[in-house]
Amino acid sequence: MTTDMMTLVLSINGEDRAVVFPAHHTLLEVLREECGLTGTKHGCELGECGTCTVLVDGVPVLSCLELAAELEGRKIETVEGMQRGNELHPLQAAFADLGAAQCGYCTPGILMAAKALLAHNAKPSVDEIKAALAGNLCRCTGYHKIVQAVEWAAAIARGEGGYAPPREAFFGAAPPEDGAKGARDG
Amino acid sequence: MASRKGTAPAARPKERAPGAAPKPAPSNTPPATRPGAERARNIIGKPFRRVDGRAKATGQTKFADDLVFPRMAFLRLVRSTVPHAKIRRIDLDAARALPGVLGFLTGAEMPEPFGILPVSQDEHVLCPDKVRFVGDPVVAVAALTEDQAIAAALAVIVEYEPLATIASVEEAIATPEPRIHDYGDRGNLHKIVSMEFGDVEAGFAAADHVFEDLVFYEGNTHLPMEQHAAVAVPEDTDRITVYSSTQTPHYLHRALAKVLGLPAARIRVIATPNGGGFGGKSDPFNHEICAAKMALELGRPIKITLTREEVFYCHRGRHPVLMKLRTGFTKSGAMTAQHLQTALDGGAYGSYGVASTYYTGALQTVTYRLPRYRFDSVRAFTNKPPCGPKRGHGTPQPRFAFEVHLDKVAHALGIDPAELRLQNLVPANSVTANWLKVGSIGLGRCIEAVVAGSGWRERRGRLPRGRGLGLACGAYLCGAGLPIYWNHMPQSGVQIQLDRSGCVAVFCGETEIGQGSDSVVAACVAEILGVDLKDIRLCVADTDLTPVDLGSYSSRVTVMAGNAAVQAAERAREIVARGAAEELGVPASRLAFAEGRVFDVEDPARGLLFAAAVAAAESRTGTIGTTGSYIPPRSPGRYRGAGVGPSPAYSFSAAVIEVEVDEETGLCDVVHVWIAHDVGQCINPVLVMGQVEGSVYMGLGEACMEEQAFRRLPRARSNALVHKFPSLLEYKSPTFADMPPVTTYIIEDPDPNGPFGAKEVGQGPLLPIMPAVANAIFDAVGVRIDQVPIGPHMILHALAQQAKGKEARFGPKEFPEFDFGIPLAVRTPDEGGDGTASNQEEAKVRKGIGTMTERKEALKGGS
Ligand code: FES
Ligand code: FES
Repeated sequence: MTTDMMTLVLSINGEDRAVVFPAHHTLLEVLREECGLTGTKHGCELGECGTCTVLVDGVPVLSCLELAAELEGRKIETVEGMQRGNELHPLQAAFADLGAAQCGYCTPGILMAAKALLAHNAKPSVDEIKAALAGNLCRCTGYHKIVQAVEWAAAIARGEGGYAPPREAFFGAAPPEDGAKGARDG
Repeated sequence: MASRKGTAPAARPKERAPGAAPKPAPSNTPPATRPGAERARNIIGKPFRRVDGRAKATGQTKFADDLVFPRMAFLRLVRSTVPHAKIRRIDLDAARALPGVLGFLTGAEMPEPFGILPVSQDEHVLCPDKVRFVGDPVVAVAALTEDQAIAAALAVIVEYEPLATIASVEEAIATPEPRIHDYGDRGNLHKIVSMEFGDVEAGFAAADHVFEDLVFYEGNTHLPMEQHAAVAVPEDTDRITVYSSTQTPHYLHRALAKVLGLPAARIRVIATPNGGGFGGKSDPFNHEICAAKMALELGRPIKITLTREEVFYCHRGRHPVLMKLRTGFTKSGAMTAQHLQTALDGGAYGSYGVASTYYTGALQTVTYRLPRYRFDSVRAFTNKPPCGPKRGHGTPQPRFAFEVHLDKVAHALGIDPAELRLQNLVPANSVTANWLKVGSIGLGRCIEAVVAGSGWRERRGRLPRGRGLGLACGAYLCGAGLPIYWNHMPQSGVQIQLDRSGCVAVFCGETEIGQGSDSVVAACVAEILGVDLKDIRLCVADTDLTPVDLGSYSSRVTVMAGNAAVQAAERAREIVARGAAEELGVPASRLAFAEGRVFDVEDPARGLLFAAAVAAAESRTGTIGTTGSYIPPRSPGRYRGAGVGPSPAYSFSAAVIEVEVDEETGLCDVVHVWIAHDVGQCINPVLVMGQVEGSVYMGLGEACMEEQAFRRLPRARSNALVHKFPSLLEYKSPTFADMPPVTTYIIEDPDPNGPFGAKEVGQGPLLPIMPAVANAIFDAVGVRIDQVPIGPHMILHALAQQAKGKEARFGPKEFPEFDFGIPLAVRTPDEGGDGTASNQEEAKVRKGIGTMTERKEALKGGS
């Protein structure tokens, strides 16, 4: 196989980087292999799982389907660009605190998709959150903690510092009264 | 492969014949109440940010494929394109000529077989002479870049001589020859089990009614989002480190030593955090061993990352199981006896299959009082990817059968299905008919919670047609009572190192697969030493540095690593307390450890910062290090097969599910799930919630859409057996849009065998989901779907039957005629048995040569 190499400058997380890569390589490959930005993951490399989601000009894209060669001059954002200094982005903090990242493998992609959602919808409903993230599979969480984390982060981002997820999100629902009474546990 | 002469074989503990129980464990069972247990807890039971939460939310967690080493090259496997064939010829010439190619491996170079179970060492790293399923690896090729390795793999030519294929248990029973493997209980049947606890026929005779059901559970797969990956880094000609996304670094360590012919001490396995496991990364795999071999040959780091398609071929997922269940009931709804028959489609290799076979029967007894029980099972070899352990390992299938069966029985007897279960609950601290010791059981509270929460008593049977409620329960292990290799060593170990900095370094072999095991170990230690989680430095899953923990499977980590951590931390606290006591002039018994201080409980102002207390101890006793280890209590069962089922504790769950069925399309929409899980004691409730919700999600996938199914190509086109959908797009799994609201009740019935009373939560909550969906469909439209996943066509078929006045059911029609032979006869505790079988020898002789060890012995004797 002959490999045509390509050199260009990509703007990643606000930093310009000169990269040399095989011309047929995807953005996913270039991010992970040439730039060392391994925060972006892959679950299929076929556009099926959403794990590789990054933002290009603020829009979520599947980096496994995107040719890096076509992205000169575009604004690429990955999970590594979310923090401000050593401060977590509200989404990151909420994901960490709610256990919305279990194995954490789907997390970077979901964070990016959620970030794009919050950028144009400061107060998304549960259905809007689900719709925005429906292209991202998560095998661990059952999705609930992720939705709750996005709601939480959205509130923080709106400046509603007093908002916290309902108690049930952390402790489960209180077993109904007669639950305890009628128990027959031998 | 280089001759194995001159290298000492890896140390392997002597295998013990199953049934011969190990000597009693050294006593390290944690006391039921610990000193200080009465004090308020600072960490245990409170929600905290998981210790790996920040790294996971920032993308800093390093998964196996994220690792990069200087001079690293890439490996690719050439996998079989046919399901069963002899390898006639391998031609590497064209591939060898391609740019960047560094080397090849074939089966001849690694003749030593391996496998997860000592009784099924039936895999080869690369097939030496024949392939057994589409995806079986034949050649490995290394190249400078991944692209070059892919190109070279495509250029490898393998010629096959096709053999007849076996696609199902029925075909395997009917086709003893040609054999897929040259071992196993009979022909193409890998394992045959038959055992009877008490006089089951007498039990049926005493019943007022005997109910019978036939149920089928289709196979499905783990589908972790991370594809398996491994990086092998040679450190010398005979020393290597292997990083891998494995749930079981300890067993990979064993397999590497065996196949590579290296002493285990020269091999270091580091399990990287797994991007999801669910059982799919708990076997040692071909690609891991290949990478190590290639790295040693080439003297450079080798990485291999599987494609998603390859992950489907690695599989080891849920066995498809056909089941026949007969249960005798009295008029009032008490069970008199049960006879369960299961037939497992095992796929092409043993994997955990022998254990899976037993697990399709073992836990039937721990939820409801079953005085007599017979269990027959057969596992067949077929030309499909091997099946193994997926979340719930072998128990979701019979649990589905049992809970659907109970729903039908309740209807037939006119008893509320919730009541039927409540009146049959196994008492706490009892021994079941098959000799499993049940400790705490919060199942009654679980049932009451979901019944009350869902409005079951008012709403069941009264919703408009199309809407329905279904209830089901489940139970699971908190770790297997016996290790895979029977020995007297700890199943989990923890080592703690303290110094004047106040940092608490904790070493444990446990493996973080997303379930939160790192957080469990850290929390146990931090609670006892009274320090902040941030002052704990964890080092896990590294066979060179960390004490052995057997791995993240069978929901064992919280109980086993947790108990080991508690023991190590208590020993460390004792040392620090002695030093602090002298320093403060206060008796050690009066010292408390909390909030980063060690202080006098009677005068809390009098105390030391934790770091100063450690310094006081260090200056008196020298360098501080402690260990803790855990061995489960001995189980009372002594019969052959009694090794599968015992556990230090059992978790329990109950669910009510509401569905809406569209009679036009047959679509079933899950509207709401109420689930309660008895976790003993939460270590971290927010992570418990996550495990429950994740289990509900995975259970709904299994109930409604997930299937690892196969089809035959037309006869004209090779008749081959191929995977229906080896892709994420076609293998349907629930998305955000499919997930219904879930109300979770955490029930805490502390178990004396758990750390702080904790039990498992990673697998149990999945179990009630599938049957609750099927039972809800019955409540909604009056049809029975005795099969999962439940597709719209099944509901439509059953509705059509209903309209015609026929049996409104979709499900299997017959169980294959099969002679399971003489069952092992074990008297139950109620009958005054002692846990042994009365006919161990007779039952064994009937089957002829059984296990691989026995077969080897027999072959030796004959030659
Ligand atoms: S890696 Fe799966 S969509 Fe890109
Ligand atoms: S957290 Fe594991 S896949 Fe989402």
